[in-house]
Amino acid sequence: MAQHQVNYTQNGGLPVALTSIDKLVNWGRSNSLWALTYGLACCGIEMMASGASRYDFDRFGTIFRASPRQADIMIVAGTLTKKHAEFIRRLYDQMTEPKWVISMGSCANTGGMFNTYATVQGVDRIVPVDIYLPGCAPRPETLQYAVMMLQKKIRAEKADKSQKPKRLM
Amino acid sequence: MRPYTPKDNVQKKSYYTDRYWVAPQVAKFDVSTDEVFAADLKVIKGKFKVLDAYIQVEQMVVYIRPEDNFGVLKLMRDSLEYTQLSEMSAIDWLADKGQFEIFYQLLSMNKRKRIRIKCFIEENQAIESVEKIFRSADWAEREMYDMFGVKVNNHPFMKRILMPYDWEGYPLRKTYPMQGDEFASWYEVDKIFGKEARDVIGPEIRDAAAVDRYDTKRFARLGHEVAYGEDISEGEPDTVQTYQEEGGVFLVGKLTKEESVVITDRDR
Repeated sequence: MAQHQVNYTQNGGLPVALTSIDKLVNWGRSNSLWALTYGLACCGIEMMASGASRYDFDRFGTIFRASPRQADIMIVAGTLTKKHAEFIRRLYDQMTEPKWVISMGSCANTGGMFNTYATVQGVDRIVPVDIYLPGCAPRPETLQYAVMMLQKKIRAEKADKSQKPKRLM
Repeated sequence: MRPYTPKDNVQKKSYYTDRYWVAPQVAKFDVSTDEVFAADLKVIKGKFKVLDAYIQVEQMVVYIRPEDNFGVLKLMRDSLEYTQLSEMSAIDWLADKGQFEIFYQLLSMNKRKRIRIKCFIEENQAIESVEKIFRSADWAEREMYDMFGVKVNNHPFMKRILMPYDWEGYPLRKTYPMQGDEFASWYEVDKIFGKEARDVIGPEIRDAAAVDRYDTKRFARLGHEVAYGEDISEGEPDTVQTYQEEGGVFLVGKLTKEESVVITDRDR
């Protein structure tokens, strides 16, 4: 027998919460953002720290997955070289819709200090980016803030299939 | 950021010269000052032609003919106890003399000595692989090919090691631009989306501090906010900044820009 007392007088007298499909679906999506493990450089260390116990990404529902098929969000953490560019695009294509991208750190945003022949000058040349996260390297708190901003963005989106998939071109 | 200026003839024409600057030279000593090196050089001279030899920073430098490199290194390892090839690569002297300088840095743990074997080759001349003698030359020779375009004969896997296989150009040559040539700047776009995507994606933005005042897709001006992507080449309206809520704050008077007074007389 239930030990707690159910107060049927709250919520307009009904044990029911009313919401819309959009809100319900986005509530689920935004609170289980499984991230693709994509540490490319020193930002990857900060991303690992965000996932570890002190900063604890699990409480946001963000669990790192090693497979693009199981991931909703790609956190590009670090310098993207031109040799690696085709692989990041292939992994992005293998992720299932809906999917989001956080570009983490100066190198991923603009190429950063690597103004050279071998570095992609911003991952937005390859994949569509939702959140640009500045810093070199960003602290784990900053990455958490970026994920919370992305959650906010997801909650503002339509949940149905009529939304167009993001395309770079 | 400094603008990029082509430095094709950087070795011929220095862009900054100080009249009183004298290039520092590391002192060179005769080989006879060290009996171990003198004995080694005597053995090398007995079998191969030595173009030049001296001691610099307690290491002997020996210049040989490029076709002798395999024989000399085999002699160094088998007879002279130089059992390790710690480093090898090329130096670009193309602008200066049209040649590459190849160096092999050898270490003898028994003698506690280091020797550098050097030779000059022409730009399109290939050199014999020493991978059969020293296994460490395997990747070093691939890197030399990758970075300088020096071809190595009889190497087991003569492919690029750092750059992608379909890369064009040799990045460590002095004539290679730091920020990449035409091929390098479009490499990832061409490979992933195809050449027709160049117009859509656009060229690389190399100046990270660049701000385009009329680009309303990527920049916003405080006090002149407009809609995303709006054309403001004809000018844009001012958006009045208010620093308080619409209804005002309790006990604090609402401050508007129209009612405020700008004091120009500082002695008032």
